[in-house]
Amino acid sequence: MLSPSSGNTVIKSKLIGRRMFLLTAAKAIVTFGIIGRLVSLQINERTKYKTLSDKNRFREWKLAPERGVIRDFFDKEIASNQQVYQVHLIPENSKDIEKLFVRLKTILNITEKRLFYLRRVIAKQKPWEPIIVSDNITWSEFSRLNLFLHELEGVKPIVSVARMYPDNSSAHILGYVSQVSAKDLQTKKYLKDLHVPGMSIGKTGLERKLDEEIIGKIGFQRYEVNAYGKRIKQILINEGQAGKSFKTTLDFEVQKFTSELIKDKAAAVCVMDVYNGDIVSLVSSPTFEPNEFVHGLDKNYWNSLIKNEMKPLTNKAIAGLYPPGSTIKTLVALSALENGVIKPLDTFKCEGKIELYGEKFHCWEKDGHGIVNLRKGIQRSCDVYFYEVARKLGVDRLSETAKKFGLGKKVLDGFIEERAGVVPNTKWKKKFIGQNWYLGETLHSGIGQGYFQSTPLQLCLMTAQIANGGFEIKPRIIFDKKNNNLRDFIKYKNENPNDPLPTDLLVSNFELKPLFKNQEHINLIKDAMFSSSNEPGGTSYRHRWENKKFTFAGKTGSSQIKKFTEAQREAEVKQESLPYKDRDHALFVAYAPHSDPKYAISVLVEHGGSGGKTAAPIAKKVIKKVLERHELRERIDSLLGEQV
Amino acid sequence: MFRPRSIQSSLSIKDKILSIDYILVISVFILGLTSILAMYSTDGGELKYHTQSHILRFFVFFGMFLTLSFIQIRFWHSQSYLIYILFFILLLGVKYFGLTSSGSKRWLDLYFMNLQPSELMKVGLILFLAKYYHRTSIENLNRIRYLFLPIVVLIAPIILVATQPDLGTALLIAAGGLTVAWLAGVRVKFFAISGLAFLALLPIAISFLKPYQKSRILTFLNPERDPLGAGYQIIQSKIAIGSGGLFGKGFLQGSQSYLDYLPEKHTDFIFTLFSEEFGFFGSLFILFLYAIIVWRIIKIGNVTRSNFGKLFCYGFGTAFFIYVVVNMMMVLGLLPIVGSPLPIMSYGGSSMMAIMFGLGIAMSCRVYKDTPVN
Repeated sequence: MLSPSSGNTVIKSKLIGRRMFLLTAAKAIVTFGIIGRLVSLQINERTKYKTLSDKNRFREWKLAPERGVIRDFFDKEIASNQQVYQVHLIPENSKDIEKLFVRLKTILNITEKRLFYLRRVIAKQKPWEPIIVSDNITWSEFSRLNLFLHELEGVKPIVSVARMYPDNSSAHILGYVSQVSAKDLQTKKYLKDLHVPGMSIGKTGLERKLDEEIIGKIGFQRYEVNAYGKRIKQILINEGQAGKSFKTTLDFEVQKFTSELIKDKAAAVCVMDVYNGDIVSLVSSPTFEPNEFVHGLDKNYWNSLIKNEMKPLTNKAIAGLYPPGSTIKTLVALSALENGVIKPLDTFKCEGKIELYGEKFHCWEKDGHGIVNLRKGIQRSCDVYFYEVARKLGVDRLSETAKKFGLGKKVLDGFIEERAGVVPNTKWKKKFIGQNWYLGETLHSGIGQGYFQSTPLQLCLMTAQIANGGFEIKPRIIFDKKNNNLRDFIKYKNENPNDPLPTDLLVSNFELKPLFKNQEHINLIKDAMFSSSNEPGGTSYRHRWENKKFTFAGKTGSSQIKKFTEAQREAEVKQESLPYKDRDHALFVAYAPHSDPKYAISVLVEHGGSGGKTAAPIAKKVIKKVLERHELRERIDSLLGEQV
Repeated sequence: MFRPRSIQSSLSIKDKILSIDYILVISVFILGLTSILAMYSTDGGELKYHTQSHILRFFVFFGMFLTLSFIQIRFWHSQSYLIYILFFILLLGVKYFGLTSSGSKRWLDLYFMNLQPSELMKVGLILFLAKYYHRTSIENLNRIRYLFLPIVVLIAPIILVATQPDLGTALLIAAGGLTVAWLAGVRVKFFAISGLAFLALLPIAISFLKPYQKSRILTFLNPERDPLGAGYQIIQSKIAIGSGGLFGKGFLQGSQSYLDYLPEKHTDFIFTLFSEEFGFFGSLFILFLYAIIVWRIIKIGNVTRSNFGKLFCYGFGTAFFIYVVVNMMMVLGLLPIVGSPLPIMSYGGSSMMAIMFGLGIAMSCRVYKDTPVN
């Protein structure tokens, strides 16, 4: 039975079996390799892959929040939101972007430049991220777009809201909003989690100061999407939160009135409540169109703003620095009185000029003012009188008083464009200029020239603090119901004229900070200012109000740009005949009404010549407007008071 | 010593049915049911086209497997060469009459199904070589003259398949054939020599590769090279498996496949889908079923008397194992994406048919384990 080959067969079987055993061992190793891989993927790294899987699945679209609105004192919206029509595009939903662009160009008004920009953005971002083709199209474009929508795959017409300013009178104080720049993202921390493409943020003024709160919280929609980016279902929606709205102390009517008044000049006007520092009006001129900034600025418009030598983009009221000129004389006089350097009735003789330290110092009145005391010194703005006073006072004591009244420092919070100005003294000069103080410079400082630099707002604050009897106030622009101690104090004093408590105690009871040693000195200055505006010979006498209701007390000033040469002085060259750039800045500060001060005002007209001629008439009109609206303002105030 | 031939040939029907390897049959059946569940999930939880035809195929070919089990082992032995030649002719047919789909010509239109002869060739080659080495005596085994025919029957179909082009299947056909040759006792030095020759020819071969094949290999070496292009499949597959975690996302909850992140989820990436939905334990379960199937096929090789049966079972069992691990390693990111289905689990009639055909012959080895083949 056993064939010769059967032994062979058995040997072969054994060989096969041996080799199979080796193979089995190899299989076991491979199997364990696979199990090891599964352990590594599904156990060790499962969190990582779960995250990746969720990243695949979910896609979030951020929703820009609605910016809060800014209102004036009477609840009128001065920075509001309007509906805008936009065109968004999701690149991955479009089969042929180029074809789409060609089609869009026939429907909308898009420039080649814009298309170039869009192509660059599309190349950079994820294909499912929407881009904004146009953020503000007209209604007719929008309706045409909707009509042809079936041909425009990937295009989404969107109704959104954007910032709208009803008027450009408040452009400077409100500032403007514009697209977020790369630099903004780097420097502003609050934008980190907030950035939505196409969102605008405040760049200057109040918009910038309030940006963090006024932007609101972004919302998002979370969708489950498939591998092709198609939304399968909405998982979560968070509407976000509209930004906080703010009420300001501004009066939109006054803003418009003032803006109209100074529109042809490079000028600034500030009006402030003397008791609580509420800024009623703050206007800079020429103004610009803030709405232009919201939807991407036109280059030509930008260039015209930049090239305009009247500097429309600068808020002159807080960022323009000017020598205070003669308006500082109120403080020089006050400082001298407070320091006991002069008595009100001390006199000096003005002959048009004096010679001191080998230098000639001129009075603006070439023929001189004759015998001058404090009241007349301020009334006529006699330079020689103040040279004498300043000489006796010294610059360091003057600077102390000036700083107390708010010069030389920023007086608002959070306005990046605001500038501090300079109140010079001996230490300051040593530190910043590296030289010793010359006595002659004290004389220049005494009439607000030389190193002195101040903003119109600072001068307004200075005047307000004189007008309210010499108490410190803080200028504010965001409405605040509280903090009206000064008014309460005055009211209390009027109602209880025989209160035995000494004034000091009363003052501290009302948490007031007096800026004087003797309030009589303040009253002397106020009286002198009254005479300057309301008595013949006063520098602004011609622009007084006879009506008691509007009577104001003011001080003129002209800040010199260029020193007059002797020859010009001899020839009696008039300001009007000088080149525009060489003319003095005209200044005027005042408070009104004199009998019961309510508001302080400062007016600056760049290269306006003399304060009495150019600035005072503007102040006169604004004062009337503000006082006419005072009762209305009072009523709102008392209404709000009841709510508390 | 040996039972008389008459005993074997006179097995009663009852004997035959009792001698079937039930563990193998049940494992295949459970795997089939699992594959239907997985297919149902790829259809998004609906009884749609893929699931329906997969169910039909599974039961038809499972029936075929059981039927083939009762065909005499002697028949398979005697017809081995003929079967190989038949499959080879089909392969040639593909070359001239084949259907082209996504750039490669792999299918024959048989009206009731699209047949992929390269899948059948995987088993056909093993069958041919099992018979050849069964008949070759141990002395002649390593003579050059006797190596000639195996090399020809190995190379010819591989070239046909590789030029379809279908590199993955060509390599898997080669793997099965080489396994049988090695098991039969062909010296290691011949494999080493041909391996070296292969390496020497590799640069030339690479120059013949299609760009997409080159990119697949480069992608395998560094999947992040082009995450949205060629590396996409591997990355998404790893994410799906990894995110399955220990217990998986749950049946019909595999977000990766449900949201179409997973490519080829019916075919090559069916394991990924299952793994995502049933997690580590689900993966182990599948691996366990395959291990049992391979173990039972090898076991049949152990008990069958003839070297033809041994060589076929060992060869087919090993090839089956290779198909499984190549597919798994591919979806686990351990091998380049070569396009090889997971036996029984993957959607595809030809693959199912070939596997069931192989299982049928193996089971026939079991039923007629004591029958000499010649």
